[in-house]
Amino acid sequence: MPRVTIDGLDLDAERGDTLLDAARHLGIEVPTLCHMEGLTPWGGCRLCIVEVGAGTRSRLVTSCTYPVEEGLKVRTNSKWVIKTRRMVIELMLGACSGSKELQDLAAKYRMEEMRFKPRHDDCILCGRCVRMCDEQMTGSAIGFLGRGQSLTINTPFDKPSAACRRCGGCMYVCPICTLRCQGPDAPTEVCGRCGSMAPTCSDVFEDYTCYMGAAGDCGTCVREEKKTAASLFCAPEPAKVTVGGK
Amino acid sequence: MAKSKKLRSVADYDRARKEASAQRNAYEARISIGCTSCSASDGRALLEAFQAEVARRGLQEKVLVRLSGCHGFCAKGPLVVFVPHRICYLKVKPSDVPEIIEETALKNNVIDRLVYRDPKTGQKCQLESQIPFYKRQLRLIMDYNKRLDPRDIGSYFAIDGYEGLIKALTRMEPEDVILEVKNSGLRGRGGAGFPTGFKWEFCRKAKGSSKFIICNADEGDPGAYMDRSVMESNPHSVLEGLIIGAYAIGADEGYVYIRNEYPIAVEHIKLAIAQAYEAGLLGKDILGTGFSFDVHVERGAGAFVCGEETALIASIEGRRGEPRQRPPFPATKGLYNKPTNINNVETLANIPLILTRGGSWYSHFGTRNSKGTKIFSLVGKVRNTGLVEVAMGSTFREIIYDIGGGIQDDRPFKAVQTGGPSGGCVPAEHLDQAIDYESLSKLGTIMGSGGMIVMDDRTCMVDVARYFMSFLRNESCGKCLTCREGTQRLWEILDDICEGRGKPGHLPLMEDLAHCVKDASLCGLGQTAGNPVLSTLRYFRDEYEEHISEKRCRAGVCKPLIEYRVVAEKCVGCLLCKKACPQDAITGELKQAHVIDGERCIKCGLCYAACKSDAVEHVKSRDLCHA
Repeated sequence: MPRVTIDGLDLDAERGDTLLDAARHLGIEVPTLCHMEGLTPWGGCRLCIVEVGAGTRSRLVTSCTYPVEEGLKVRTNSKWVIKTRRMVIELMLGACSGSKELQDLAAKYRMEEMRFKPRHDDCILCGRCVRMCDEQMTGSAIGFLGRGQSLTINTPFDKPSAACRRCGGCMYVCPICTLRCQGPDAPTEVCGRCGSMAPTCSDVFEDYTCYMGAAGDCGTCVREEKKTAASLFCAPEPAKVTVGGK
Repeated sequence: MAKSKKLRSVADYDRARKEASAQRNAYEARISIGCTSCSASDGRALLEAFQAEVARRGLQEKVLVRLSGCHGFCAKGPLVVFVPHRICYLKVKPSDVPEIIEETALKNNVIDRLVYRDPKTGQKCQLESQIPFYKRQLRLIMDYNKRLDPRDIGSYFAIDGYEGLIKALTRMEPEDVILEVKNSGLRGRGGAGFPTGFKWEFCRKAKGSSKFIICNADEGDPGAYMDRSVMESNPHSVLEGLIIGAYAIGADEGYVYIRNEYPIAVEHIKLAIAQAYEAGLLGKDILGTGFSFDVHVERGAGAFVCGEETALIASIEGRRGEPRQRPPFPATKGLYNKPTNINNVETLANIPLILTRGGSWYSHFGTRNSKGTKIFSLVGKVRNTGLVEVAMGSTFREIIYDIGGGIQDDRPFKAVQTGGPSGGCVPAEHLDQAIDYESLSKLGTIMGSGGMIVMDDRTCMVDVARYFMSFLRNESCGKCLTCREGTQRLWEILDDICEGRGKPGHLPLMEDLAHCVKDASLCGLGQTAGNPVLSTLRYFRDEYEEHISEKRCRAGVCKPLIEYRVVAEKCVGCLLCKKACPQDAITGELKQAHVIDGERCIKCGLCYAACKSDAVEHVKSRDLCHA
C-alpha cells in the first residue's frame, strides 16, 4: 500500500487510488467539476489541482487523475494551489457566467470580481455527458468535435444520431445546465446571490439561507459575513468580502 | 536508379555498397539539384529542364542528373551542385540550363553570374564550402543531404549508409547500443531535451511482451521545417536510426507519425521503407541476424497538439488526439498499452552518426550539458534564410550575423523568437548568449524543435505575442480548461491592447493568467503556452505600456493606433506610393510632395513599404489623439 502524505496527514492508500480518492478519504475537501463517481477520471476542468513534490521540483497536477505514489507529498491548500484555482474558477465563470454552481464556487473562494468579458456559454466542456453516454449508457452517441476555440460536444456531424436513445443521462450529469442561476447578472459577474433552490450559501452564512425569498431579495448574502465562517474556507488570507457586488 | 536485391548477410551489404559507389563514380560529372525544399522555388522544373537538355545532347552516359536533398540555403534556392568540381550555382532558372550544360558540364567553365557573391566583400564563391553561410556551420546531418538522392537507397549505400545499423546488429548487444547513445550525450531534439539513451533504457527495462518505437515527424511550429527537410532529404538516415532504436529497446514494430501537410516527406519515407523492405533491412530476420522489425507510416491530420507524445499515441490508436496524464509514461504504458518509445526525427537522424563514429566522438561537439549539433530554421527578417546546423553552444550573433548575414536592409535587430509558438523572444542584449537547452530556458524561452524567427524594429512585440496566442488558441486540443480558455482570454486581452482598448489592469491580469496556464495545464502545449506573453512582457514591457497608456505602436504594426502621412520635406514626388495605393488615397504630381487622404486610407502600409526615400512615416492616430 503506497503511503502518501496529504496536508501533513499520512495515509496508506489503496494501490490504484487517485490523489482525490485519498484526500477525500481523509476528509479533505477538493473541489471538482468534471469528476464524477462512476465515470473515468478525465482531468479536464483543472479545478482539483493539488501541489505534489517538494522544493523547486514541486508542481501542480489534477488530483482526480494522478495515481498515489509511495512517499508522495501532497498539498491541497497551498498558496500556489489556491491562487491558481481561483484563476481557474475565474476562467470558468468567464465562459459560463450564469452557472449557479460556478457562482457558488466563486463566492466560496471569496472572489470579488471576474475580470474577463463575460460569455454565456451553455457548456463548460467538462465532458461528463460524453463519458456518461459512453460508459454508463453504452450509447456513445455524443463526443467532442473540433479543437481549440471551435471545440464543441455534439452528435457526429451535428446530425441527429440514431445511437441516441434520448435517455437524458447527459442532461442529468451536466453541472452547468441543470442548475442555471435564476438571479439577475451582477455587474461584476460574481454574484453568489444563490437565487436558485440549492442552499449552498447556508454553508457560507451560518444562519441565513436563500429559501427566504425570491432571487436575491433576501439580501443576506451581501451583509457581513460571520467571523466564524472563516474557518470553513481554505483560502489563505482573510479578505473582505463584498459578494453580490452591491 | 539501382534495383536493390535482397540482402541476406553482411557480405551482401558490403557488395551492394561497393556496387552503388562504383555505379555513381562511373559518371564523369554529376549534377545535383535541390528538389525537396527547393521545389518551393520550382526545383522540379529545373530538374526536368536538365534532364531534357542532357537527353537532347545525348550525354546520358557521361552526365548524371539527379535530385538531391535540401542544401539549406533557402534564400538562394534552387541550388545546383556539380561533382566532382563541387561548383555551386544559386537561384538557377530553367532558362540557364543550356548554358550551364554547355559551359560547365562540357567545358568546365564557371558561369560568374550564377555563383554566390558576398554582399559585404563582393568576393565570389565558386564552391559551396566557401560561402559564409556554409563556412560557419557544422553540418553533421545536413551535409549528407546534398550527397544523396532521397529516392534511391543505392545513393545512401554509396555514402556508407546503414553501416551504423550493421554495426549495431552484428557487433553490439542492445545494452551496448544504449550505452553508446548515453555516452554521446544526445538529448531529444523535439523540444523537451530528455537524454535519448536514458529514454531508451527505461523502455528497454519496461516489462511487456511487445514494444513499439515511434518516430515523431509531426512538426507543426510556424516557421520551422527542420524535420521536414531531414525527412525529405535523407529518409533512410531516419529509418536507420529508427531500426537501431528498435533493436536497442527490443521493439518489433515501429511507426512513423508524419503530418499529411508534408507530401514530399510522406512520399520519400514511404519509398524509403519500401526500398528497405526490398533490401531486407526491414521485415523478418534482418540480414540473417534474427532481429525482425516492421515499420508503418501513419499520417497526422494537421493537429499541432498531436506532436505531444500521449496525443500522438491516441491519434495512432484511432482516438481523438488528446493528451493524457503522465504517469504512466509511454515508456511503461504507451501505444496499445505497450511500452513505447517516441523520438523526434532529428534525434533519430543523429543515431547512425553516433553508432558509426562513436558516442565519445559525438560528445566532443556542443556544451557541457547539450551535445552535438542542432538544426535551426532561420527565418524572418534575416538575409540568408534557410536551415542552419551549428554545434550546441553557438551564439545567436554567430547564427544571425555570421551565418544569416545580418538583418534585411540593414535594419536594427530587435528580437529573435525561438522554440515555436510556445517559445519566447530573446532581445538584443542576449545576442551573445551561447545556445543550449539550459541557457534558453533561463532566458524564458525553449529550444523547441529549432525554429528561429528573426525580427527587426518594424516588428511589434505585442502583435507577435498576439499572433502566437492566436495560433495556440486554435491549436489547443481544448481538453484542459486552463489551456483552452486561458489562451483565448490571453488572446482577447492582447487583441484589446493592439486595437487600442488596453487598460492598465491588463498587464498584471495577463501575468497571473499566463502563469496559471503554465502551472495548471496538462501537456507540454499548455505548460508552455504562457511563454509568448511572459517573455515579451519580461523584455518588452515598455512597449506594452506604450500601447496601453499612450496608445502608440512604435513599430507601426497595430493599425488602429497609427496613421500614415507623407513628410513633405523628404518626399521627392516619385509617385511610387501613389501607384502602390489600392485606395487611390494619395494625391500629388510628379516631383511634388504627395498627400495621404486619411479618410480614404485603409492603413494597408503599402505606401510605407514602397517609399524609397523614407518619406512615408507612421504617427499616432489622430482619432486617438482627440480621445
